[in-house]
Amino acid sequence: MAYGPKVIDHFNNPRNVGSLDKNDPTVGTGVVGAPECGDVMKLQLKINDDNVVEEAKFKTFGCGSAIASSSLATEWVKGKTVDEVLKIKNTDIVNELSLPPVKIHCSVLAEDAIRAAIADYKKKQGSGAGT
Amino acid sequence: MKLPVYLDNNSTTPIDLRVVEAMMPYLTEKFGNAASRSHAYGWEGEEAVEKARTQIGQLIGANSKEIVFTSGATESINIAIKGAYEMYGEKGNHIITCVTEHKATLDSAKYIEKHGAKVTYLPVNSMGQINLDDLKNAITPQTILVSLMHANNEMGTIHPIAEIGKITKEKGILLHVDAAQTAGKIPVNVEQMGIDILSISGHKMYGPKGIGALYVRRSNPRVRLAPVVHGGGHERGLRSGTLNVPAIVGLGKAAELALQEMESEAKRVADLRDRLHKGITTELDEVYLNGHPTHRLPNNLNLSFAYVEGEALMMGFKELAVSSGSACTSASLEPSYVLKAMGVGEELAHTSIRFGLGRFTTPEEVDFAIDKVVGTVKRLREMSPLYEMAKEGIDLKSVQWNPH
Repeated sequence: MAYGPKVIDHFNNPRNVGSLDKNDPTVGTGVVGAPECGDVMKLQLKINDDNVVEEAKFKTFGCGSAIASSSLATEWVKGKTVDEVLKIKNTDIVNELSLPPVKIHCSVLAEDAIRAAIADYKKKQGSGAGT
Repeated sequence: MKLPVYLDNNSTTPIDLRVVEAMMPYLTEKFGNAASRSHAYGWEGEEAVEKARTQIGQLIGANSKEIVFTSGATESINIAIKGAYEMYGEKGNHIITCVTEHKATLDSAKYIEKHGAKVTYLPVNSMGQINLDDLKNAITPQTILVSLMHANNEMGTIHPIAEIGKITKEKGILLHVDAAQTAGKIPVNVEQMGIDILSISGHKMYGPKGIGALYVRRSNPRVRLAPVVHGGGHERGLRSGTLNVPAIVGLGKAAELALQEMESEAKRVADLRDRLHKGITTELDEVYLNGHPTHRLPNNLNLSFAYVEGEALMMGFKELAVSSGSACTSASLEPSYVLKAMGVGEELAHTSIRFGLGRFTTPEEVDFAIDKVVGTVKRLREMSPLYEMAKEGIDLKSVQWNPH
């Protein structure tokens, strides 16, 4: 399989690999995919009081396109508000990385990971407000 | 060292230059049609073909009259299965094969199923072996053919053909063996192993592509097969079409070289394979061997690298030409059916890499490969959420995943 130059760049120099404290109430964690499907993405977002993503980290088990999609997602979410982050669509990732049709599911997974991380953050904030 | 380092010799092998040399005259001045009986051009073509037939016969312990040339192992397998079913279908309509066979066998079996055949697909254990009792129990009075590969192309496990041949002989059933991976690599002897039909590929044994052979036993019993390709009646009517003389000469030469060098080469390649395996597992934990630890091809090493996906691995060590059982390398989106049949979980099948060593693999290349593999796996594991979870002591099987 031939990869586009942007996929290769993200694969060779992935941005923001790592983990944030999943117990931190300001960190939302999204884990999507399954090992038996060949890809699992973990995306973590640290969100400040102004609802802006301050920090983003990822770890991905998957092919080069899955790694590139999640790496790109961490770049894109940083500095954006929660509402802006939720506007990122998988097709934006497909276009940016020039993913072929068989790799579109990688971009879908990245979008799902963003949504799952935000949902986790909101859940934490909601339960935090009650105490 | 030429990059990428070629470690995909179970897929195809580079042609040996001695084979090219033998072929050259037949690609140039000796262009005759081996079927032309009326002039010297035809005679020299025929002579070259007969010499190749003898060379191949010697490799597998057969008489040259029992060798038929085809376009490759896929065609040979098609003739063996479809041809046997057409010829002996009246006698019985049942054949036995195995779930881990090459697609040429499985798809030929499916084809004859559409035409009334009953096919038993024997299961394999976690090391890729069939149970001989399963084979015996599957045999019915309707069984006409058992078709099995000598060694598996993905994970290298060798079937005990001699023992299987005893069973089929005793029951009066034909035995077809797909020897694409073994002919010229490890000993194959149709007499000692009780083989009635055997398929050989040229390009898997340092010969040219587009040429193969089919061994068809002529006595005890005399096997008759119906042709798949019809036409001018070449190869005693079993495979029509003008003989590809240069490729046949190449296959013959490749067989001769393989026979001469098999013993030393098999040992040398197995040592390199073990060096690769040891080099990798000394540096990395949770690397699993797929296939049988000892009953396997000398040139094959199939490993699963837990927590890192196969395609990403291959992208990481792009200086190595290998293949993966991961879904992402094929259009099917399903991981290797061979590994699945062995009970290798899909999560591990996605992490598998097949290393195929060969005649031209050097120790320097193996050491280079160890270095690249170890570095890439370490780097990708640092990026893997599964590795992180496993290190935290989380049982990945207990996690509620969100497949998409």
